[in-house]
Amino acid sequence: MTTFAPGTFKPAPGRGSLARMLFVHARTEAMLTLRNGEQILLTVIIPLALLVALSLMSVIPMPEPRVGSATARIFALAIISSAFTGQAIALGFDRRYGVLKRLAASALPRWLLVAGRVCGALVVVAIQIVLLAVTALILGWKFPLAGLPWVVLLIVLGTLTFGALGVLLGGALRAEIVLALANIIWFVLLMVGGVALSVPVGFVHLLPSAALAQALETAVVQGTAPGVGPVAVLVAWGVVAGALATRTTKLT
Amino acid sequence: MSPNPQPAVEVSGLVKRYGSKTAVDGLDLVQEPGTVLALLGPNGAGKTTTVEICEGFRAADDGTVRVLGLAPGDDALRPRIGVMPQGGGGYPGIRALEMLNLVAACAAQPLDPQWLIEVLGLSGVVRTPYKRLSGGQQQRLSLACALIGRPELVFLDEPTAGMDPQARRLVWDLVGALKDDGVSVLLTTHLMDEAEALADNVVIIDQGRVVAQGTPAELTANRPDDQQLRFRARPGLDTSLLSAALPEGLKVREATRGQYVVEGLIDPQVVSTVTSWCAQQGVLAEELTVAKRSLEDVFLELTGRELRS
Repeated sequence: MTTFAPGTFKPAPGRGSLARMLFVHARTEAMLTLRNGEQILLTVIIPLALLVALSLMSVIPMPEPRVGSATARIFALAIISSAFTGQAIALGFDRRYGVLKRLAASALPRWLLVAGRVCGALVVVAIQIVLLAVTALILGWKFPLAGLPWVVLLIVLGTLTFGALGVLLGGALRAEIVLALANIIWFVLLMVGGVALSVPVGFVHLLPSAALAQALETAVVQGTAPGVGPVAVLVAWGVVAGALATRTTKLT
Repeated sequence: MSPNPQPAVEVSGLVKRYGSKTAVDGLDLVQEPGTVLALLGPNGAGKTTTVEICEGFRAADDGTVRVLGLAPGDDALRPRIGVMPQGGGGYPGIRALEMLNLVAACAAQPLDPQWLIEVLGLSGVVRTPYKRLSGGQQQRLSLACALIGRPELVFLDEPTAGMDPQARRLVWDLVGALKDDGVSVLLTTHLMDEAEALADNVVIIDQGRVVAQGTPAELTANRPDDQQLRFRARPGLDTSLLSAALPEGLKVREATRGQYVVEGLIDPQVVSTVTSWCAQQGVLAEELTVAKRSLEDVFLELTGRELRS
């Protein structure tokens, strides 16, 4: 028989500090992503490999300046990889393993459950972008510093929009279906979504992938403010996806 | 600690439907603070639905529920309760201590996570990701998450499901320690011995309704003449001589092949009569036991013996 000193479990309830909850939750989310081999492949290795390939292999059509255009588009791809595909798959399996319910049963407020995931995703995106930017510098790209605030702004906006789309997908369907769809959509967006391997034509301009790539290209290559069009497209997708996701996301 | 007059959990007229199926059908229960209450019932009886409504995970269709005097799902309530959902919960890739640290961060004065990991026998698997823990290990981590915040009231939904006998004992000891320290515990189980060992009060539910409630002693209370003496011997013995030798009101039958049952008021004289009759017959009475009704008998009587689909 296991015995416990009297008073060991004497009730002393109370909510922890919000800042600490947010910090620990976001750190946990980021750490789990960075520890997951498939996530690293999707979010870091493939974008890095594509950045090098697009910069050096002239068989793939790419507007000049080549390295700058490639960098902007791979930034967009990296954001889609982690905020959309990675987030959707993680959420699908987190639900399967009951963690949302577990956390919802703790003193963690619901808004913090979302905020922690968003902050965790932003940390991962920041790491991706730093790695890609360093690689781009090595490949010879010179960033126009005037574009930096726009780049940061677009990265945050892109992460939020694709994060909302990722939650919309990962929060409602079964984990295996999420896994398949999130990867297929990633591949389709890469091939024909105006991100990296294609120039957007027609309605493709209205896809968030093309909008993000286009806006980032302006900021990264020219160092100027992105056009209103692409930003509006991104915001619209984000708002609609976020509003839908709050209705469709299930804890398990 | 001064006695708190407010019930830990108070449910009245609770109704919950899923489509055309009524999972909970007008359920009432009251749990006094500092007590252990077991919701006992077969699978599909409505135990988990009831608990999840109390925890704020599901909305009731009708009736009222008060937990520590508050509405379920109240933000002020959640820091005061500990929840162990059925089947546990954790990030697939997280390690036990990381998960417990995360839940501990949500509490103002948590228990020491490292200590709790050791108590629950998870020290050997601290590097193992959650998805590779056994069902019983996941359950133990989930229990740790329920206790870490020093709650006033804990909900344990099938706390020992999937656990080995050692872990089950540990959970029982923990529930005992919680109660001794004034924590209210509401648990669900379909294990009679668990309810009997742990609970101050047992509420037996079936098809969403309370079919019986009381202390385990009350539920299994025998009328003085409602006892059984059982023994095993050679099949086909003529029991008429034994019947004649026994006092008025006692009945003898061969319940199943070779299993004899004497029903009525069993006193030492009866036992002696039975053994001497066996000696006369030249047989040895094996596995001779005097039994009172178990909670299992009560449960089967109330909820029927046929299997539920």
